[in-house]
Amino acid sequence: MKPLEEATRVASARDDKMHIPDGFLNTGTSIAAWAASAGGLGYALRRVNRTLGERQVPLMGVTAAFIFAAQMLNFTVIGGTSGHLLGGALAAILLGPWAGMLVLTSVLTIQALLFQDGGLLALGANIFNMAIVGVLVGWAAYRLLARLLGGQTWALFVSGFLAGWLSVVLAALAAAAELALSGTLAWQVVIPAMGGIHALIGIGEGMITVGVLAFLRVARPDLLTLGQTAQMSKG
Amino acid sequence: MKWLKRNWWVAGLFLALAVAVLSPLASPHPDGLERVAEDQGFIDRVQDPPLHILADYLFPGIEDERLATILAGLVGTAIVFGLAYGVAWVVRRRRGAGS
Repeated sequence: MKPLEEATRVASARDDKMHIPDGFLNTGTSIAAWAASAGGLGYALRRVNRTLGERQVPLMGVTAAFIFAAQMLNFTVIGGTSGHLLGGALAAILLGPWAGMLVLTSVLTIQALLFQDGGLLALGANIFNMAIVGVLVGWAAYRLLARLLGGQTWALFVSGFLAGWLSVVLAALAAAAELALSGTLAWQVVIPAMGGIHALIGIGEGMITVGVLAFLRVARPDLLTLGQTAQMSKG
Repeated sequence: MKWLKRNWWVAGLFLALAVAVLSPLASPHPDGLERVAEDQGFIDRVQDPPLHILADYLFPGIEDERLATILAGLVGTAIVFGLAYGVAWVVRRRRGAGS
């Protein structure tokens, strides 16, 4: 019994977090996702090139470091399932969408290359889902809601929570679509399965996003407006 | 204090490293995608990566799993900081050279 117990323990310790590994997506879907990601990142690089402020250079480093570390901290959601921070909405709120995409891409690339978290062929899909869809959805939701609700503190927190929740759910649905396109699972199965569990994980995402925004509002309120400034000073 | 105010990013980096130290507290349960892959029976499709470097967020050669996780987390946090900082620095520098 001892070796079996040991094997189970090790397996559960190593399998607690997972971006899309190689083997889940077919080659065509993987290459299409790589192409979409490359296009999105190329555009983001051009935008960042024009708008990046001096203080955003270290802030990009700190945000990426925090998201990497926080992604290791899985939290239990329900029925023996965990989730972890995505960080797309948070990066977009702090840095604007284009720098936010580069931040998430840095995190995902190191995870794939050094930590074997997420496959190499699947990295394009992971970048597309989390760095592009997650960041853009988080950004759009935050800006739209903040405008609708007004500029008070509570409105920013509600916007941050919903932006975090939506970014996770839509990133998960993008992953579900890739699994369906790859023929791994039928659409009518994978969409509710991925959407359902990530609707729960997204609550954690929203809470962490608001927690960081609340902390920064007290500690460094100036950093909260950098992302908006970056957008307004676009050429 | 004045130095820290100017170099606030040092405090931010230490905060991120502190979060990495907490990593052994992470929930051991499979995450959303892995749960779906197990329930729907396609978890076996996972292909073993060609190279294991810091696979499973464990620093190699260390018996204590918690210590191995913390070390992997600290190394990863520092490298990710360096990469994102470097990308941002290069992008900004190239603009300066171009204009």
